Amino acid sequence: MADELVLLDFWPSPFGMRVRIALAEKGIKHEYREEDLRNKSALLLQMNPVHKKIPVLIHNGKPVCESLIQVQYIDEVWHDQAPLLPSDPYQRAIARFWADFVDKKIYELGRKIWTTKGEEQEAGKKEFIECLKLLEGELGDKPYFGGENLGYVDVVLVPFYSWFLAYEKCGNFSIEAECPKLIAWAKRCLQKESVSKSLPDQEKVYGFVLQLKKIFGIE
Amino acid sequence: MAEIHVIISSCDRNVGIATALRRKPVLVNFTSKLEQTMADEDEVKLFGMWASPYSRRVELALKLKGIPYEYVEEDLSSKSCLLLKYNPVHQKIPVLVHNGKPIAESLVILEYIDETWTNNPILPQDPYDRAMARFWAKFIDEKLLMTTRKASVASGKEKEQAIEEITEQLKLLESELQGKEYFSGPSIGYLDIVASVLVFWFGNLQEALGVDMFTKEKFPIIFGWIGKVAEIDAVEVCRIPKEKHLEYIRTRLEAFKSASK
Repeated sequence: MADELVLLDFWPSPFGMRVRIALAEKGIKHEYREEDLRNKSALLLQMNPVHKKIPVLIHNGKPVCESLIQVQYIDEVWHDQAPLLPSDPYQRAIARFWADFVDKKIYELGRKIWTTKGEEQEAGKKEFIECLKLLEGELGDKPYFGGENLGYVDVVLVPFYSWFLAYEKCGNFSIEAECPKLIAWAKRCLQKESVSKSLPDQEKVYGFVLQLKKIFGIE
Repeated sequence: MAEIHVIISSCDRNVGIATALRRKPVLVNFTSKLEQTMADEDEVKLFGMWASPYSRRVELALKLKGIPYEYVEEDLSSKSCLLLKYNPVHQKIPVLVHNGKPIAESLVILEYIDETWTNNPILPQDPYDRAMARFWAKFIDEKLLMTTRKASVASGKEKEQAIEEITEQLKLLESELQGKEYFSGPSIGYLDIVASVLVFWFGNLQEALGVDMFTKEKFPIIFGWIGKVAEIDAVEVCRIPKEKHLEYIRTRLEAFKSASK
């Protein structure tokens, strides 16, 4: 019986990008469906009634929600191809810890940078860079967080790279100047087709952010 | 033959393989039994705090799996050097230290425990069921407990709204529990461990706040589950002494109110 896989997504969502990368890394055939978040489909509301958010992964009619949970699910079901989580329990715990760190910090701080100004924005920028530096420390001299190959933390973090230009323009700073190692890592990830095909262009994301600022009346 | 039996029975009684070998220096190839006993010699330390449901849930998992551990109570107003060394990123409890290696974040710790000590598994085997368990655990932590925190420090309309949100969130948990013995199915597991915050901590908090929304009448299924879970021996580790807890909550709320003036 052939697997039926549908991904409900929204092109600029870093959470959706994580799932796209995981599916691509493992060569899993699926149907991609773009959602209009101002007009959510009946299917989305039916499949994610609790949060009503994308991404939603529907596997043979059964929904899986929340991007970290989806990536782990994909890794467990298609465990033979391109494993994302390490096999050692302690290494897995470290990977889960850093994925959780990215989830708790990066999105909210990034959001702070493009939605606020003045002191609040400065505080956001400072903490954002501190978090990226911590991640650089965790990366160390490895080519990827996963070691020699793309792993769980790489998949969880690299989507935010597509938002870096937007953060830099809105915050008037250079992420590369502060965190060159991380930028080098991101560019290395983009050499992989699974990543380059899953991440939108930084200019396109910046255009989207400018539109959002207009809609929400943010200067 | 008799010597071999002595050593094996020493292992079974967890005397410690070094002691057993000193008594009866016999080289026998029983590697897997040796590894089992070495695992029993694991050093497990938990840095926790008595009023933290995140800390208590890790203790519950350790108790359910029969893993011996050393508990270290942290004074959160004066964190120990060891805690800051083991969790430099968040500087929070709980932190599990296994043979010197630290793991932080309670949900990460629970999965580590399940993968390292494979007896009495707490997560389901099937990937879809695992995804569902993780989804509801995240819901409890990121929605229910966050809203509860908001309700604790809010007042007036904001507090009312937060309490309404909590009611809706509890209703979702109530329907998730429908038709099941426990959140995890026929026996207690990961999601019950995460939801154990509802067994003692939640009721204490409600009393301290002078709120009365978490009742048997409104949530009969959850209260039915609480009754079952509270009877399990290991769950006693989650009991937070009521008067001490009420006092603690009131002190913290006072401190928060004066800090925000």
